[in-house]
Amino acid sequence: MSLTLPRKGLPQISAFIIVLLINFAVSPQFFDLRLQDGRLFGSLIDVFNRGAPVALLSLGMVLVVATRGIDLSVGAVMAISGALAATLADTQPLPVVLLAALGAGLLCGLWNGILVAVLRIQPIVATLILMVAGRGVAQLITEGRIVTFTSPGLAWFGGGSILGLPVPVVLTASVLAVAALVVRGSALGLLIEATGANARASALAGIETRMTTIAVYVWSGFCASLAGIVAAADILGADANNAGLWLELDAILAVVIAGSSLLGGRFSLALAVLGALIIQAMNTGILLAGFRPEFNLVVKAVVVLVVLLAQSPRLSGLGVLLARRSA
Amino acid sequence: MSLPPTMSLSPTDAVPPIDAAPLLAVRGLSKSFAGFPALAGIDVTLRHGEIHALLGENGAGKSTFIKAVTGVIARDAGTVALEGAEIAPRSAQEALQAGIATVYQEVSLLPNLSVAQNLFLGRQPMRFGLVREGEMRRRAAALLRDFDLDIDVGAPLGDYSVAVQHLVAIARAVDMSARILILDEPTASLDAHEVEILFRVMRGLAGRGLGILFVTHFLDQVYAISDRITVLRNGRLVGERETAALPRMELIRMMLGRELSEATSEHPAKDAAETAPEAGGAIRFEGFGKAGYVAPFDLALASGEVVGLAGLLGSGRTETARLLFGAEAADSGRLTIDGRSVRLASPRDAIAQGFGYCPEERKTEGIVAELTVRENIVLAVQARRGALHPLSRREQDEIARRFITMLDIRPPDPERPIGLLSGGNQQKALLARWLATQPRLLILDEPTRGIDVGAHAEIIRLIRQLCTEGLTLVVISSELEEIVSYADRVVVMRDRRQIATLEGEAVNVTAILQAIAADAAPLAA
Repeated sequence: MSLTLPRKGLPQISAFIIVLLINFAVSPQFFDLRLQDGRLFGSLIDVFNRGAPVALLSLGMVLVVATRGIDLSVGAVMAISGALAATLADTQPLPVVLLAALGAGLLCGLWNGILVAVLRIQPIVATLILMVAGRGVAQLITEGRIVTFTSPGLAWFGGGSILGLPVPVVLTASVLAVAALVVRGSALGLLIEATGANARASALAGIETRMTTIAVYVWSGFCASLAGIVAAADILGADANNAGLWLELDAILAVVIAGSSLLGGRFSLALAVLGALIIQAMNTGILLAGFRPEFNLVVKAVVVLVVLLAQSPRLSGLGVLLARRSA
Repeated sequence: MSLPPTMSLSPTDAVPPIDAAPLLAVRGLSKSFAGFPALAGIDVTLRHGEIHALLGENGAGKSTFIKAVTGVIARDAGTVALEGAEIAPRSAQEALQAGIATVYQEVSLLPNLSVAQNLFLGRQPMRFGLVREGEMRRRAAALLRDFDLDIDVGAPLGDYSVAVQHLVAIARAVDMSARILILDEPTASLDAHEVEILFRVMRGLAGRGLGILFVTHFLDQVYAISDRITVLRNGRLVGERETAALPRMELIRMMLGRELSEATSEHPAKDAAETAPEAGGAIRFEGFGKAGYVAPFDLALASGEVVGLAGLLGSGRTETARLLFGAEAADSGRLTIDGRSVRLASPRDAIAQGFGYCPEERKTEGIVAELTVRENIVLAVQARRGALHPLSRREQDEIARRFITMLDIRPPDPERPIGLLSGGNQQKALLARWLATQPRLLILDEPTRGIDVGAHAEIIRLIRQLCTEGLTLVVISSELEEIVSYADRVVVMRDRRQIATLEGEAVNVTAILQAIAADAAPLAA
């Protein structure tokens, strides 16, 4: 059950296919693939590869949103992890570098989780703290410079390939698979959905709503630090000012496109990743079409609006009404 | 806040006209929600200069009545006549224009604006498109002087006590030419002194010929201020009486009991031996309580026993249930189960001991509306097992199917979101959630509230059946004849403390009513 897209994913799947077809229309080579040095290249692969960081963030964000929370700090956590990884890459062995970067993400998540679940600070405010402070921490780590590294081990996470596929793509797919297995294979998914949909009733039914909430923020921090490693590996360096900047908004957008309600409850991991891919496919398409990147934001807004309207129960009610009129 | 002891609202211009047509005449008011009648043919008459108490337990239909009269919700049938002229407001705004103002329990003014701004919001004195702040403050101060309220009208409303905020809300309503004032639980958050101030204002307004409809659950206050009483029960009109001619016992009977003859006769005499507490298998709460919540109490529960918790709204029944279940942590007393001392600090602790709790607030604290019937039923079992020991889908289906059949949950579709089910079926699913945990103690708070008659009977039948199977039950209900029909023992509560325990032959509606009323008498104003 874990990886199959639910029936309700139809609007998202259709949107993705439509965006891909439009990309094909503006750029006939869009679906062309070529193998070079044992790695696949092409625009379609690019969509998956470039979309990986936001997709990772979305995998974290979707569970936070399911508990009726939000995590604004993921972009800043990306910057912290990226900065740590880049700073340590050339002096420390790879496992230490990875552990430091991922550990930082877990700690950030724990901080958020405690603010939200124990101190009962509203999630949007609680995570805003780290969103602001986190970028400062990242700048402290890099001492305000753009840190570059040459370690091939870390670089592999950005430019390497497994079975011809870019590492970020394989990494995202693995995280999705593992997360789906854990969340849906255990009862976590049900407990998260119950907590988000009705926290009071869930607590009275004996669910550890506090631990559940902390766990999803920790998970979100972990996903953000993975995204940070990928982003740093991709540019062989860390720019504390710009790494992950505004990506929390893309992640929230992806989750909303995936049909999650910001009021908590039902969620789909696979659709969250698909949401991130839709956003990236649009970005790629606009670049291919030769539009100025400024159009990007407007077009993105329109597509998001269309996807949301397609999910709106009120609109489908209107559709039924119109169909009846014309019949 | 300092107020002189006399009201300055002079009743000189207030010779109430002889009531050829009463101020407000509501006739045959009916309203259903999703086929379930919330109000059925209610008549209420409010006369000029009268303070009229509208009483009833939770779910009796008081709020629905107010909303239907003031047009907040559309009524299905019935008429509302203001001094003989029929009105049909479609919103609170239209009702206000017609002369009916409502002040709700939660003050619906804006705490960040000044008192004066609140009083004149939407009708500020203007000149050249600008608000005349000075003029507004002068008029506000003059208006409040009528209420003996000498406060700085320029200060934010939120700086003042809830009592003052209520008075400001009332002053605003009265100044907007209200002839009828509806007060919905205005005293719930006021202290005794503040209540006295409010009552003085109410008497002054009634003296000017206004009709005041007053919703409360404090009976002392009803006797202190009202001229007449209308009692609603389960969406039906029980009756209208003059306060002076209605003994307290009779009033409580109207609110809680059916005809005495009917109710007392149906209590099945219980075999004393059958319900005698087993020495070892008891759940004992000793000196259990929480300061300012429920006074310390003792409660020993034997297996197979049904204990009813009776009392009026606000007497501390639900609070007791929450303490028993650990939803609220007790700050005194201890719990022993089978002789062992047990910690009870959270619902999880309670569930670990085999307790279950169906709360009164079914929608906000019971069901998880978005999830399916199956998921709702397995929720407590799953929570107890922990996230890492999931019930397989087959086990979930099996549990859901078993209880859907056993409790006759309709429609019998485990994959339907529970929010789409009727109240009665949601209640059954909640029962199923706890039965699935194989509990030894179930606490049911108003298990039959707001559900249709058929499901009502079934749930009673279930309760009876469960006790014969050795389950211990604590049941809270405002339906006394219902409690009497299944309880071995009834604990009566008032003012958040246990005041009496009735056992054996003493478990009947009359005795419960007497227990509630007897203790109340000395406290009457």
